[in-house]
Amino acid sequence: MTDRPRLAVIGAGPAGLAATVAAAAHGVRVTLIDAAAQAGAQFYRQPAAALRAGRPQALHHDWRTWQRLREALDAHVRAGAVEHLTDHHVWLVERESGRFTVHALLGPEEEDAVAVSADAVVLATGGYEKVLPFPGWTLPGVVTAGGAQAMLKGALVVPGRTAVVAGTGPLLLPVAVGLAAAGVKVAALVESAAPRAFLRRTRALAAQPGKVAEGAGYAARLLRHRVRTLARHTVIEAHGIDRLEAVTVAALDGEGGVRAGTERRIPCDTLAVGHGMLPHTDLAETLGCRLDGLRVHVDGEQRTDVPGVWAAGEATGIGGSALALTEGHIAGRSAAVRLTGGTPDPQEWVAAAKSRTRLGEFAAALDAVYAPPANWSEQVTDDTVVCRCEEVTAGTVREAVAQLGAGDLRTVKLLTRAGMGWCQGRICAPGVVGLAGCELTASRRPFARPVPLGVLAEEHSQSTTRAHTHPTDGGPS
Amino acid sequence: MVCDIVLTVTHPLTCDAVVIGAGMTGAACALFAARAGLDVTVVDRGPVGGGTTGAGEGNILVSDKEPGPELDLALLSTRLWGELAEEFGQFIQYEAKGGVVVATSPGGLTALERLAVEQRAAGVVAEPVDGDALYGLEPHLAPGLPGAVHYPQDSQVMPALAAAHLLRAAGARLLTDRTVTDVLRTPDGSVLGVRTDRGDIHAPALVNAAGTWGGEIAALAEAHLPVLPRRGFVLVTEPLPRMVHHKVYAADYVADVASDSAALQTSPVVEGTAAGPVLIGASRERVGFDRSFSLPVLRALAAGATRLFPFLAGVRALRSYVGFRPYLPDHLPAIGPDPRVPGLFHACGHEGAGIGLSTGTGHLIAQALTAKTPDLDLTPFRPDRFAEEAA
Ligand SMILES: Cc1cc2nc3c(=O)[nH]c(=O)nc-3n(C[C@H](O)[C@H](O)[C@H](O)COP(=O)(O)OP(=O)(O)OC[C@H]3O[C@@H](n4cnc5c(N)ncnc54)[C@H](O)[C@@H]3O)c2cc1C
Ligand SMILES: Cc1cc2nc3c(=O)[nH]c(=O)nc-3n(C[C@H](O)[C@H](O)[C@H](O)COP(=O)(O)OP(=O)(O)OC[C@H]3O[C@@H](n4cnc5c(N)ncnc54)[C@H](O)[C@@H]3O)c2cc1C
Repeated sequence: MTDRPRLAVIGAGPAGLAATVAAAAHGVRVTLIDAAAQAGAQFYRQPAAALRAGRPQALHHDWRTWQRLREALDAHVRAGAVEHLTDHHVWLVERESGRFTVHALLGPEEEDAVAVSADAVVLATGGYEKVLPFPGWTLPGVVTAGGAQAMLKGALVVPGRTAVVAGTGPLLLPVAVGLAAAGVKVAALVESAAPRAFLRRTRALAAQPGKVAEGAGYAARLLRHRVRTLARHTVIEAHGIDRLEAVTVAALDGEGGVRAGTERRIPCDTLAVGHGMLPHTDLAETLGCRLDGLRVHVDGEQRTDVPGVWAAGEATGIGGSALALTEGHIAGRSAAVRLTGGTPDPQEWVAAAKSRTRLGEFAAALDAVYAPPANWSEQVTDDTVVCRCEEVTAGTVREAVAQLGAGDLRTVKLLTRAGMGWCQGRICAPGVVGLAGCELTASRRPFARPVPLGVLAEEHSQSTTRAHTHPTDGGPS
Repeated sequence: MVCDIVLTVTHPLTCDAVVIGAGMTGAACALFAARAGLDVTVVDRGPVGGGTTGAGEGNILVSDKEPGPELDLALLSTRLWGELAEEFGQFIQYEAKGGVVVATSPGGLTALERLAVEQRAAGVVAEPVDGDALYGLEPHLAPGLPGAVHYPQDSQVMPALAAAHLLRAAGARLLTDRTVTDVLRTPDGSVLGVRTDRGDIHAPALVNAAGTWGGEIAALAEAHLPVLPRRGFVLVTEPLPRMVHHKVYAADYVADVASDSAALQTSPVVEGTAAGPVLIGASRERVGFDRSFSLPVLRALAAGATRLFPFLAGVRALRSYVGFRPYLPDHLPAIGPDPRVPGLFHACGHEGAGIGLSTGTGHLIAQALTAKTPDLDLTPFRPDRFAEEAA
């Protein structure tokens, strides 16, 4: 008799938790792997247990959903059906003869190597924040919206005393409310889109009364905290010598340019800025999964085009936590049935599939509403650093385009080093393509995390007995 | 210079020579041809450096070559790189840092020193270095190595920047995002120009600098040139202060008992860059144009590098990249006129040395285009040297 099949779920956010619980409930063993110290990821980020927050639910909504998932996870862990590996930073998933090895680095230092074997994997790696550059964006005191929220939810630290929340997207609302509720004076919520006008018109939004109510709830809470919303406005510069002291905001005209004469200065010591999210696709790309633009391509069962690899949540497209939950649930159900040799009947999850469709339409509608100003890059002065890791300025990028014939992200990177540093372009790529006037394309990053050469080399010596299909040797060039 | 000329079939652009390929080889051909007085147009289906040039390293090596035609071309190229570096070295990250080839056993050192004697006779500067002096050159090498040979002529450039700046200096017309779909010929078979997906370009001379895809261009002119891809991975580390000062690689000679010949085996080149990261490359495999990631190959690179420099075990690899070297069956490039197609010149198939060998190649092509006697005998590089396989 063989062992029960094992599914590795990478990512313990809403998608990964839902997939884990669904798969474990249907008879497969699951290894849930996440880089964080606790389950929950960004959305359900728990106040560090040690802080014993009295009412963590005040910082979360959907606290009940989270509690149910958490209890189900704990029960499966106790029953031995789920192994939950925290502090595991996955740098690569390897597929060999139809089986998988998940390679991870352990602990906050990400030094020790661990390998987990599995018969199939669910990639639930979520997304990361997109931030576009503007003069002064590298000053201390300028943080990402998610960074500000993580500080609030995780460590209960109040990031500053006077904050401006700026950029575009629905995520700015909970961030502004969260900051205000924690006692920060939120001087303004600066949103480049004009969401209200659209919200009234869009059909997909009308079909989501719950979601609209959620938006209305935020609006009421913003009002209660006296946070003023400046729609169709943008931050054009952050000021300060050693750290942030003020920002200049301005109104936008119909073409997405700054309306002259509308600039005004708002003193603040924190600027939380975000322009939406981008999917984390590194692990999927290295496995050879097909992408649709910037997101992992999946079918109705959340399967990628690589056999044995499922994907769910923001890795397959940005759509919020509710969508991530339904996708994770479907992925877990499908993987469980297929791993035990069956063929799933989609009727079994018809309700989840319906809400996935609805939530997907809602996400698409939001995506159409929220957008950075069309001409944002005009505000970026030549001396603004766009790639922080390699300290590449906007002027250098513009020169590579105008003088050296670079017309795509890869060539700009080769000619300027923008995106070659520690973050591998995760932060600067959206800014660079805006300056270069080209498209954001998936940039192959073979390692999801930087990996010590000793870890790579060590595994080499362990695996030398294995026969490689293609003999290979090193060489000078 | 980026031109935005709208070409129509009725008014084909006319020039003296069309170079196919805006990689390192095409850029060097364009520069030397333009400096020889020709009006040159460079065509590429992608951006500048978008082929193998943007996917490899920029070592300009004499150290790894045995005496013969490739070494002669390398010596000519090294001299020309030195001259170009005086014009725009800082823009292309030219660094004449030298190479250190390390022996890992006393027997290996003897063989390495024997090769150095032959290389010196061919004009290479190759200085034996004993154990103590070796650690003066490279303090962080693994302890206990018997010795090395120092090659001060080894240097490097950043390939994509070099291609872009040579093209700019050439002042040639650069047409990117334009695919060559056919070679136009006169009834007697000589070159009339090229057809692209965006119009024809007329010229009496055509330079095939299409790298790994050079065989396809030759085929458009009904000439056989068997260029094939040889895959290579490079590992790139996090930025570090300078810990590795030269290009360092190990040469081991594995005596093959049966044939009594000594086959050279090398470890990957380890080098620090001005920008900080250490580059470790490169692997060699014949697997066609397969881009898929190969963990075993990267493990082998990491193992080779950490054996030489143990401190690297704690240094992180940030990324790796993959490219396809253009190789011909006898591992020499095709350079010069194609006797089968008057007006067609080849400059491709440089395998793992196309950055280094580009300047010499460009210089020889310019001489051939202007009917001058070439500085090197082109016979070993003849493009028609490969017999067509029997069908
Ligand atoms: C500032 C902010 C506010 C938000 N507010 C709301 C809101 O009010 N309402 C709403 O519906 N949504 C909100 N969201 C969005 C919500 O967080 C996401 O939609 C949801 O978390 C997506 O779930 P997921 O499971 O796909 O990914 P995530 O929740 O992002 O989970 C991904 C997990 O994968 C792990 N991971 C990724 N890569 C690796 C790796 N290589 N190795 C190990 N682990 C890895 C991460 O550590 C993370 O735990 C907000 C997001 C942000 C950033
Ligand atoms: C991993 C690795 C490491 C390397 N390290 C070194 C090193 O250290 N030193 C060294 O000297 N060399 C090195 N090389 C080898 C070197 O990169 C190549 O030899 C060199 O780049 C070849 O340049 P090229 O201009 O001939 O070809 P390419 O750069 O490939 O240029 C050919 C161009 O032709 C274009 N093209 C093809 N078909 C068409 C068409 N039909 N129409 C229009 N355009 C077309 C392509 O788009 C491409 O841009 C390395 C290679 C690899 C893969």
